[in-house]
Amino acid sequence: MRLPTFENTALARRGFLKNLLAIPAALMLAHTSVPALADEVNSTGLAVTDDTVKVGILHSVTGTMAISETGSVQAEKLAIEQINAMGGVLGRKIEYIQEDGASDWPTFAEKSKKLLVQDKVAAVFGCWTSASRKAALPVFEQYNGMLYYPTFYEGLEQSPNVIYTGQEATQQILEGLDWAAREKGAKKFYLLGSDYIWPRTSNKIARKHIENVLGSKVVGEEYYPLGHTQFNSVINKIKLKKPDVVFISVVGGSNVAFYKQLKAAGIDMGKEKPLFLTISVTEDEILGIGGENIEGIYASMKYFQSLPNENNQAFVKAFKERWGDDIVIGDVTQAAYLGPWLWKAAVEKAGSFDIDKVREASPGIELTTAPEGYVRVHKNHHLWSKTRIGLAEPDGQYKVVYESDELIEPDPFPEGYQ
Amino acid sequence: MNKFADFIARNQYSHMIILAVLLLVILPLSMDIFRLNLVGKYLTYAFVALGLVLCWGYGGILSLGQGVFFGLGGYCMAMFLKLEASSPENTAIQSTPGIPDFMDWNQLTELPWFWEPFHSFGFTLFAVIAVPAVFAFIIAVAMFKRRVGGVYFAIITQAVAAILTILIIGQQGYTGGVNGITDLRTLHGWDIRTDEAKYILYYINALLLFLALFVAAFVIKSKLGRLLVAMRESEERVRFSGYDVSGFKIFIFCLAAAISAVGGAMFTLQVGFMSPTFVGIVPSIEMVIFCALGGRLSILGAVYGTLLVNWAKTSFSESFPELWLFAMGALFIGVVMAFPNGLAGVYQRYIEPLLLKMSKKDDSPSAPTPAAKDASSDKADTSEETLTSEERKHA
Repeated sequence: MRLPTFENTALARRGFLKNLLAIPAALMLAHTSVPALADEVNSTGLAVTDDTVKVGILHSVTGTMAISETGSVQAEKLAIEQINAMGGVLGRKIEYIQEDGASDWPTFAEKSKKLLVQDKVAAVFGCWTSASRKAALPVFEQYNGMLYYPTFYEGLEQSPNVIYTGQEATQQILEGLDWAAREKGAKKFYLLGSDYIWPRTSNKIARKHIENVLGSKVVGEEYYPLGHTQFNSVINKIKLKKPDVVFISVVGGSNVAFYKQLKAAGIDMGKEKPLFLTISVTEDEILGIGGENIEGIYASMKYFQSLPNENNQAFVKAFKERWGDDIVIGDVTQAAYLGPWLWKAAVEKAGSFDIDKVREASPGIELTTAPEGYVRVHKNHHLWSKTRIGLAEPDGQYKVVYESDELIEPDPFPEGYQ
Repeated sequence: MNKFADFIARNQYSHMIILAVLLLVILPLSMDIFRLNLVGKYLTYAFVALGLVLCWGYGGILSLGQGVFFGLGGYCMAMFLKLEASSPENTAIQSTPGIPDFMDWNQLTELPWFWEPFHSFGFTLFAVIAVPAVFAFIIAVAMFKRRVGGVYFAIITQAVAAILTILIIGQQGYTGGVNGITDLRTLHGWDIRTDEAKYILYYINALLLFLALFVAAFVIKSKLGRLLVAMRESEERVRFSGYDVSGFKIFIFCLAAAISAVGGAMFTLQVGFMSPTFVGIVPSIEMVIFCALGGRLSILGAVYGTLLVNWAKTSFSESFPELWLFAMGALFIGVVMAFPNGLAGVYQRYIEPLLLKMSKKDDSPSAPTPAAKDASSDKADTSEETLTSEERKHA
């Protein structure tokens, strides 16, 4: 964590409490930073000096979302440390300013503004839920910041001020449904989700694909409030309707109740009758659910910790060395790790930290070292990526059973699916 | 210096003037617009805390659901701004242009009927006050006519907050769901996101807060205020004296709701969005904490309490992103244990006597004698003095 120094003139106006807090902080600081004027790599007054550049990390480290977002914070810090060890970006070490979104959407807007207006950061890695991104987005657009957003999400958005490093809905969903229809002969689908924008949009896409493209049937579609823990009625409905696939986008703590109740109701997920296909349970969630409770379900996403490629093995090793051996890495954590690397590549291609130049340089940026394999930035600011199907095993890991042949094009406004 | 102390300790408007100088002169001059905008946001919570001073501090009605009224006021304003931001030109890429983006995502193809009137700014201003007030009226009539009070009422208000949050999140096609109503841009073509607009909104907000403070001071000073205190201390006695107790309770609860709603509307204008996180139980309780920390019998204490808590929240969380909640917890526990009457209690116990002593040394013949002062405090001329007498009663 880095605190502002006294050279920062804005600090003088921040009130006595802040000043009191800053005194020990200023003593701790080894060096001070004086913004360079009219530097050719920074023509818009960002916090860039001759040997440092400031970026922001904005996630919830307190509140209900902290458990999900911590992995992203760790991944972003690891990437920044690795980049610094390699000599930084354009010869400048990255310094990060971490802010806490506190699982509270307005706080995300407040802290985004602080990072952009006061700290003048060159990029922000952050946000997690769609709600927090929606709250912060107008701030990034107004003050022309650059946000690297890691979570798989519903699409329907394409901001010039955001690079979306997770998958948008069609990338994640269509491949999974095709796989279930092709490999498992699925004809009847049951859609189940938490009640907010991501599951609703995802299921809208899923339903159109199932009915119009696969020519199959949706036999049920249900939503439960966030945090809901009583799934017995829907489990009975599933038993009654006998779908081939239950397609699940339940998020957060509800997952724990749902899978335990499924098991308690005598449904053996390993028998694949019905087959359970989730787009919301990563290795992080399995930690809470318990591997033995979810063994046998399938997940459709772009990254699993068990991916065998060399990039990923190096990444997992570095991650464990930095943050502890018993840590697990989920899809979003990996996507968050891509953020600083994609930004570095774009800055170096542009030869400048200026947001406009970085934006212009971003489409076409490719990473051959990504843990998930090769990725490339599309001109719509999302990533070309592969989709994989994983089978949950009792040790809490997924076994990769399928991988799309090609990179899948991101399509945040899918025609025919709206 | 002594004259100054005398002025502060004895002039009934002095505290209000000091707050006015602080909010209207000192803060705008000493802060950049980003920090000032944050103060503006904090001050919108002060409306809620002020409402709680009236209904909880004076009326003895503890409501743990004030976020509901703050949220309703904010949503009314947000609906107007969202409709303006969703002009057919701005939303041309949608399947149905001209409706808010979240409705389009939820397969709505036309604007719901209850959104229609929010095209009008006049109606919106009316609704900001009226919707929460009517809602508060319904709750209050249902509860107070049946003589439901105390803890039971507090629980009911919590339930209302929970129900409304679930309703807003569940009906996302009509309300924006958990994301809330975001990306608000202009008010009658006036861009509310510019620095200039933020200064203007800050001042409007501060002036509205003073208006609310004067209304509150007026209510407290009036016969109604005396009755509220009497009801708080012994409801039965007031009832047996022939007063319609429930009527007064309903009125003060609605007034508190309307004041909170003004804060909510100003919040939407200054922050640029509204979300269900403000309607729920947690923010509602937080607002009770602002009020308790400032001193629940002091209308000015509510403002200072809100400012202090939020200032601390921002400072702590910027400096210690992973530990700041502990610092906040320590602040609450510390203040409540050491000063049960909040900041206002600290002022009365330590600072006011000091000021009085200083002014006494001055010994000017025109200054009222202590005896005269005591006599006047019985009449409870100002809110601060009412508070002093309340303090004594509690002690």
